[in-house]
Amino acid sequence: MNLAVNIGGIFMKNPVATASGTFGYGGEYADFIDLNKLGAIVTKGITLLPRGGNPVPRIVETPSGMLNSIGLENPGVEVVLEKYLPYLRGFDVPVIINIAGDTIDDYVRLAATLEGVQGVSGLEINISCPNVKKGGLAFGSDPESAAEVISEIRGVTALPLIAKLSPNVTSIARVAERVADAGADAVSLINTLTGMSIDIRKRKPVLANIVGGLSGPAIRPVAVRAVWQVYQAVSIPIIGMGGITCARDALEFIMAGATGVAVGMASFVNPRTTIEVLEGIEAFMKENGIEDVAELIGSAHKN
Amino acid sequence: MFNSKYEIEENYQVFPGHYLMAFKSLDIARTALPGQFLHIRCYQGTEPILRRPLSIHSINKEKNLVYILYRVCGRGTGLLSGMKAGEMLDVLGPLGNGFTMPKNDEKIVLMGGGIGAAPLFFLLEEIKTHFDKRIDKVSVFLGAANSDLIVGKEKINKMGFSGYYATDDGSSGFKGTVIDLFETIWTEGSPDRIYACGPSPMFRSLAEAADKNARIEVSVEEHMGCGLGVCLSCVCKVAGPGTSTENAHICVDGPVFDLRKIIF
Repeated sequence: MNLAVNIGGIFMKNPVATASGTFGYGGEYADFIDLNKLGAIVTKGITLLPRGGNPVPRIVETPSGMLNSIGLENPGVEVVLEKYLPYLRGFDVPVIINIAGDTIDDYVRLAATLEGVQGVSGLEINISCPNVKKGGLAFGSDPESAAEVISEIRGVTALPLIAKLSPNVTSIARVAERVADAGADAVSLINTLTGMSIDIRKRKPVLANIVGGLSGPAIRPVAVRAVWQVYQAVSIPIIGMGGITCARDALEFIMAGATGVAVGMASFVNPRTTIEVLEGIEAFMKENGIEDVAELIGSAHKN
Repeated sequence: MFNSKYEIEENYQVFPGHYLMAFKSLDIARTALPGQFLHIRCYQGTEPILRRPLSIHSINKEKNLVYILYRVCGRGTGLLSGMKAGEMLDVLGPLGNGFTMPKNDEKIVLMGGGIGAAPLFFLLEEIKTHFDKRIDKVSVFLGAANSDLIVGKEKINKMGFSGYYATDDGSSGFKGTVIDLFETIWTEGSPDRIYACGPSPMFRSLAEAADKNARIEVSVEEHMGCGLGVCLSCVCKVAGPGTSTENAHICVDGPVFDLRKIIF
């Protein structure tokens, strides 16, 4: 049985990856699962300089999901390379570094810093960050500014580039087309949906940042739809994510057109979710006499 | 650190809205330290989805029983209160850093506000085990809204510790906060060590009330996601090198902190 997939030049032994921000830098979950069994590890988003993040409360539970506004708290690229990457190099698993910035220059400098670093298999570009030079409008909210970020990063690195797409747009398929034209090797989707929650006793927003990103099973149908549309629009591989808790959920994404899948907040609830998803996909393939996972990718479009 | 399902031994209401649950776990009973917490899945479906962080109230090491004392305050704890003996409980833990144990000759004060007092009992059990002959040096101050809500009064007496009680409405003991009570009746000079659990306003007044020489360890609460230092939801500001401040992650760097390092 073949489970291996190729995400724009990143060779994964199976389709199951971790979603950025829900798996730390890997070591946090090593007590519960064998990291070598994962298809890929996508790190917590990093920036050039350390960031302290937002005030608390930073999360609130919502129906079948949660809102978060962590504010990209991270120790900065230097510390990540010195402190966390050496640990991850000890495993036989591709490491994809998720990068974020306030300006195009931030992204370019980060990508250049990571170019040629041993143990980095690819970059996932978080384009949902506010562009401080454009009044805080997210890079990914517009197909042209999304393409501009990717194209500038493309200019400084040969690493596989995965553009992480925001669902908070008019047409996610259009954004996918433009980032593919700009040189992205793959796309991952979806990032969180913007949401908010109000504490009716205090009569004020629960999150200190007022708004946050919604994730969890609540957003899964939105994510599956987005993967379906993007699959029809572009030919580069897709990593699908949004509310995956089990193999059944992951298979929905694969059949909608995802080559890889990522487990997000479900790891918070069940630290073994990634491995259970993988085992469930294997069981499904066995039951249905499927030799290669490629037979399943986009299969819902054919029926 | 373990993530497993353990059989519930008992789960019953101890006073209005408050439940005591025991489950059998050799893993946790053997390894947990006072002040550490457990991340408990109250429901196997997705609504509610997140685990609930609950402190360890007590451990019976002979029977490998782990006790949690909790107040029903939402859907998760509501579902937890409905679980029956014989059902399996999904527990991740023990998590975080607990209290440091006192030295042999130290004068110790424990302070708890409301249900926040729950983890102090596991600490008292350990103190009794290791310093049985010196329990006269230990004083326990507990406060609650009214006399029905004071946690574990009988247990404190049974274990032989001196207990002092305050209620907001004066229905039992001193009328006022537990800190007011401490300031009013404490005449023995500075305690060497204070352990406190409760809401954050209590910590603020404790920081002002306590002698500068006392080491004060407090257990901090915050909304939590993963419990493993991954999601970065539960941060508090602490003093860093020099005059700087830095983020501490309550689930892995705490939940117990040196009160003087916390920046409110």
